Amino acid sequence: MKAKLFDYIERDNFVFNLSGVTKLICFLLLSFGVMLSFDARVILGIMILSFIVLHISEIKFKQVRIMMYYVMGFLVINFFLTFLFSPHYGEEIYGTSHVLFRITDHYYVTSEQLLYQFTKMLKYAAVIPLGMMFIFTTNPSEFAASLNRIGVGYKAAFAVSLTLRYFPDMIRDYTDISLAQQARGLDLSRKEKLGTRLKNMMNIFVPLIFSSLDRVEVVSNAMDLRGFGKKKKRTWYAARPMSRNDYLSLAFCLLIFLGSLAMTLFVNHSRFWNPFI
Amino acid sequence: MKKTFEFKTKTIVATAIGAALFTLLMLYVKIPTGIPETDVQTCYGVGSFFAAMFGPIAGFLIGFIGHAISDATYGAPWWSWVVSSAIALFITGLSYSKLKVDEGRFNFKDCLIFNVFQILGNVVAWVICAPVLDILIYKEPANLVFTQGAVAALWDAISMGVIGSILLFLYSKTRSGKGTLSKE
Repeated sequence: MKAKLFDYIERDNFVFNLSGVTKLICFLLLSFGVMLSFDARVILGIMILSFIVLHISEIKFKQVRIMMYYVMGFLVINFFLTFLFSPHYGEEIYGTSHVLFRITDHYYVTSEQLLYQFTKMLKYAAVIPLGMMFIFTTNPSEFAASLNRIGVGYKAAFAVSLTLRYFPDMIRDYTDISLAQQARGLDLSRKEKLGTRLKNMMNIFVPLIFSSLDRVEVVSNAMDLRGFGKKKKRTWYAARPMSRNDYLSLAFCLLIFLGSLAMTLFVNHSRFWNPFI
Repeated sequence: MKKTFEFKTKTIVATAIGAALFTLLMLYVKIPTGIPETDVQTCYGVGSFFAAMFGPIAGFLIGFIGHAISDATYGAPWWSWVVSSAIALFITGLSYSKLKVDEGRFNFKDCLIFNVFQILGNVVAWVICAPVLDILIYKEPANLVFTQGAVAALWDAISMGVIGSILLFLYSKTRSGKGTLSKE
């Protein structure tokens, strides 16, 4: 179990050189653009864009491989569950019914259902490269500064930054305690019954959590002693000034977001693109 | 007297450490129940402990940050469930001002209070909030999300009820309360 989360490696290219605020706002704009729209054309466009950006940012496939497999698994399960629970949801949304083939009387496949389910998959496929790009190209310390810049209170932003800072420590503590307890004969695998496993799990949680509570005391005392939270505002060491590219990227993403909204409001007149009427 | 909505330096640090633990447990420590895709998420048990110890704001942020970060590790946070996690822990955290765990008291009545808030939180979050947001934002089919929500509410309530209560009890045993010294 290694901390693969936010393994930030500095590179010198267009995406890395953008400031954290720009990347955060662009990520939010594009992902909300995708989230609000159910128009396959808009989503496909954003998806192509997000893969281009992923290519520009020079992230290696090796870095994102596990995530990709995980997401694919999730999407496949969601695809089948959706069909299992509501095979007629597509017809309900689009108001027409083009039956392709029947499995049973209740379960038959319509083009409406297929369009709905594939649009849903596309939505995920479009946002994920953006999310990965954001995670791998943002310096974790700069992230808190960006959150504060877009209006999140600095205390909450600081909590996020501390979370990212202590996550690897927590993994190390957990691994140490878990290995020590297993060396003493605690079985956590499937061979044990559910009740016993829960009890064994508690034997790991208790030292893990009590040591974290000690850590809370130490860190909060250290922060209090340095006068944390005395003022209404604070500055950030890791904050980066905005450059021309930042403003250009922001304008570009805002345009796409507004475009997606305009498609919903003025072209489709609903959140769905309906090619069936 | 403890105020329900206080936000001290200690609350911030506890939020951060709690959220880091939440992320860790959500990603790596699940107990499979035998039914596919339904695991007992141990992170909610530990999260509820932190919420009861440090209050509703800490709970809300632990749920939000912890869930968002662990979702972000595979691409994009599923916002409706992130918000619901936060709400579940927020409501659990409302029991904070009624408990005196750090003074060494966690009796049957306290346990009851904690569990009432916890169950209420899970029901509001998973049976009402998560499915409704799923339908509004992601246009998921209603019967699918309500089934998922009900299953999640049940397992998370069990996780909080068992792990949360045990941790609170054990922690209260390590603290000595006021006036517990006696003269020999």
